[in-house]
Amino acid sequence: MTVPSPSADRPEKKYWLDEPRNVNKLIGVLIAVCVALVIVDAFYHKHVHLAFEESFPVFYGAYGFLAYCAIVLSAKALRRLLKRDEDYYDR
Amino acid sequence: MIAEGLNPALILIVGGLLAPLLGGRVRAVFMLALPLLGIVQLCGMDYGSGGIVQIFQLNLITLRLDGLSFVFALIFLIASWLGVIYALHQRDTMQDVAALVYAGAAIGATLAGDLITLFIYWELTALGSVFLIWARRTERATRAGLRYLVIQIGSGVLLLAGATIHLRATGSIAFDHLGLDAPGGLLIFVAFGIKCAFPLLHNWLQDAYPEATVTGTVVLSVFTTKLAVYALARGYAGTEILIYIGATMTVFPIFFAVIENDLRKVLSYSLNNQLGFMVVGIGVGTELALNGTVAHAFCHILYKALLFMSMGAVLFRVGTAKASELGGLYKSMPLTAGFCIVGSLSISAFPLFSGFVSKALIMTAVLEEHYPVVWLALLFASAGVLDHSGIKVPFFSFFYHDSGKRCAEAPANMLIAMGIAAAACVALGLFPQALLYPLLPHAVDYAPYTLTHILTQSQLLLFAALAFVTLMKTGLYPAEIPSVNLDFDWFYRRLLPAASARVWTLALRGWEAFNAGAARRVEALIAVLSRHHGPHGLLAATWPSGSMVLWAVLLLGVCLVFYYL
Repeated sequence: MTVPSPSADRPEKKYWLDEPRNVNKLIGVLIAVCVALVIVDAFYHKHVHLAFEESFPVFYGAYGFLAYCAIVLSAKALRRLLKRDEDYYDR
Repeated sequence: MIAEGLNPALILIVGGLLAPLLGGRVRAVFMLALPLLGIVQLCGMDYGSGGIVQIFQLNLITLRLDGLSFVFALIFLIASWLGVIYALHQRDTMQDVAALVYAGAAIGATLAGDLITLFIYWELTALGSVFLIWARRTERATRAGLRYLVIQIGSGVLLLAGATIHLRATGSIAFDHLGLDAPGGLLIFVAFGIKCAFPLLHNWLQDAYPEATVTGTVVLSVFTTKLAVYALARGYAGTEILIYIGATMTVFPIFFAVIENDLRKVLSYSLNNQLGFMVVGIGVGTELALNGTVAHAFCHILYKALLFMSMGAVLFRVGTAKASELGGLYKSMPLTAGFCIVGSLSISAFPLFSGFVSKALIMTAVLEEHYPVVWLALLFASAGVLDHSGIKVPFFSFFYHDSGKRCAEAPANMLIAMGIAAAACVALGLFPQALLYPLLPHAVDYAPYTLTHILTQSQLLLFAALAFVTLMKTGLYPAEIPSVNLDFDWFYRRLLPAASARVWTLALRGWEAFNAGAARRVEALIAVLSRHHGPHGLLAATWPSGSMVLWAVLLLGVCLVFYYL
């Protein structure tokens, strides 16, 4: 006679995000919104304080992208200098 | 109002000290009631000075209520209430007392009208808060707590020294605008700067906060640093150097946050970065800028506490808050994940969330006063905030690689506290005119939801998010590695002890050499003495009594000869 197995043996519920295809869909949405923001950028009058905010097209987007890369990559490089074992201070 | 002239701080401090007398449910209800009573009392009071106490011919103004102290006292009371809810599952009398006394001390300090009262409460925040670290009851926490206490008390000592100099020179202890040129002004500035985690004075924060208990870190994140922001806004508004100190604070910690593995430490770096925005606002010092600082402190306390609560819940359920050991937790803790994301969106300043409004007040003030370079630095830091608090904290804990860890959702009381904080973040973002602006010290004429602001901010944040996707897909994003990263604390945790150990060894060696030399000299002396007076020494030899007699006879003979002559 077979005993009904406890829930542990049951295959775990499959989540929507477990599917790489769905993750790619989300990335697709992000790219689409970014493209839309670039297009919109040319078609409205900005109320800004600094001249280059207006004269430089997609200033905020470019700045955000580059700043992000600069931060992450330089932090990664910084790691070579600063990284120690987890128990460094406990020894 | 409950009682005329009763300081809301005392409600929390005395109530906190009485809490151990109660047990179980009664204590829980009592502790929940204390911050609410404090709010009722605070809101019922009129602006003005009171609570005058005289000691040593000094008039202490223990209760000064105005636009600036009101809003800080209010958010401190709200946050301490959230802290009590968040800790309801916990049975730890030490933390119950410490959290309330600490909160009460911070409120007392914001309501202090003079420097001596400020000093007393300033030190009480240090004493109250350290027990939230020690309550972790580990060796690491004990040591971190000691380091924290030394620095916090040191800040108070500087404050007292500055206040004393100020009193001698001006005859006044009033705590109003000081400025760096005031007598003792620089000392008090440094005292505030330590608690505000200025660059190079900052490391106590990232050292101690991640070592505190699950609930303790949430409480710690609220008070000490924002009390310092309040004190700077009171005493040093418009001090230009604060603009540059603040800008450095926004940029400097983000690099550490990117490579830090302990997510509660990431949040500590992020807290430091957020303080930078507030400090810039104080440095600019215009009405708009100070409104921005106060608004940002108000919103920040809520979303930062929310983020610490979510990571605390993870630590509580999984036993770790290290990114390298987490991932996929949204399956087990969906509600916590959702609340964490609300906190992340708020701190990243996405439209419709609280940070969008409060940060914009500061950014606009910076531009209006013509600091374009500082503005670019703050914008740069905003992209950094999106990385460490907006993406890294929720992504590596709740999503990314499934760590395989399965646990229960956070306890109900934690979820309620997080839910209220999350709701407040959204409400403040949606209705700033109704909820936030009336609390600010100056009248506000700023509309956050303009087309330009929404679109430019979305562009900044979404392109930064795109950069994250790009770096992840290309494998350039730094992996989460179990590690510690050296920061300024290395100087006093490693270099100084190592140097002092070296000095000690050298001193010891010198002492030994001196001792050896001295011993040699003493030995030589002993040798000389023993040669002459020792057992075989001429001077110490026992002479036979016969020779004594001979000498005596000889002497007598000589005497006789002399008599004769």
